[in-house]
Amino acid sequence: MLTLSLSHFLILGAILFAISVVGIFLNRKNLLVLLMAIELMLLAVNMNFVAFSHFLGDLSGQVFVFFILAVAAAESAIGLAILIVLFRNLKSIHVDDLGGLKG
Amino acid sequence: MDFPTAVFFFLAAILIYASLRVITSRNPVYAALHLMLAFFTTGGIWALLQAEFLAIAIILVYVGAVMVLFLFVVMMLDINMDRIREGFWSYLPLGAVLGLLMVMEMGLVLGAKYFQVPVSEAVVPAGVSNTKEIGSLLVTEYVYTFELAAIILLVGMIAAVVLTHRGKKTSKIANPNQQVFVKAKDRMRVVQMPVEKD
Repeated sequence: MLTLSLSHFLILGAILFAISVVGIFLNRKNLLVLLMAIELMLLAVNMNFVAFSHFLGDLSGQVFVFFILAVAAAESAIGLAILIVLFRNLKSIHVDDLGGLKG
Repeated sequence: MDFPTAVFFFLAAILIYASLRVITSRNPVYAALHLMLAFFTTGGIWALLQAEFLAIAIILVYVGAVMVLFLFVVMMLDINMDRIREGFWSYLPLGAVLGLLMVMEMGLVLGAKYFQVPVSEAVVPAGVSNTKEIGSLLVTEYVYTFELAAIILLVGMIAAVVLTHRGKKTSKIANPNQQVFVKAKDRMRVVQMPVEKD
């Protein structure tokens, strides 16, 4: 009889995290998908928080996820704003074109 | 296999498929849409974990706000996909080995017999709402953190507005630099044209 345990959720979180790490490797030229991979990473971490919160019977984990959601929303808003300003100045978001600070 | 386990595996399969499509799709619009699917499915898994408030919150905040923002930006930017995709597969071997290694390590540790946490004995009594419990924790124990989160959101909003604001162009200003360097040919143009009769 297979019942759900903490390991199921933690391993699902680990798989999600690994997928997003591979995504950062594959899409290193594409800032947009890089931002999406970072969102996936945050999701994997949140999954662990919620799973522990359920299995330990402690609501603090869910409060933490709430704060992480708030910070992630602010982060993606600022990141996308920076991306738009970048595109306005360079007419491209290719990572190779961003060497302006190298001198 | 009881019903919650079957639901979990179903949702987990969708979640993994959607996240794989996020990182491999050619078109960023498809990536954003699959990320939406991933967030939605995560909401389902969290509902399975009796975190009802967060299950609704992630759908409202992410699918409703953040991903719509992503879609707007993806559609606004005119991206040269061929140039961005070049060398896409060249880092796949390294990335895949690293990812498999991470999953194996974490699986060995997290799947071990000694890592198990028994399901909490605290049974949620009838009539207790998850949202109400989180709300009362937020305004008692975590009230300062809650205010800090509000400030972070405010600063994020101000930063996004300031970064993308272009300023009003309604006022007429004289630029002395341009006035000094102006030449006669900038002001007057002599046009050659045939003589018109009658």
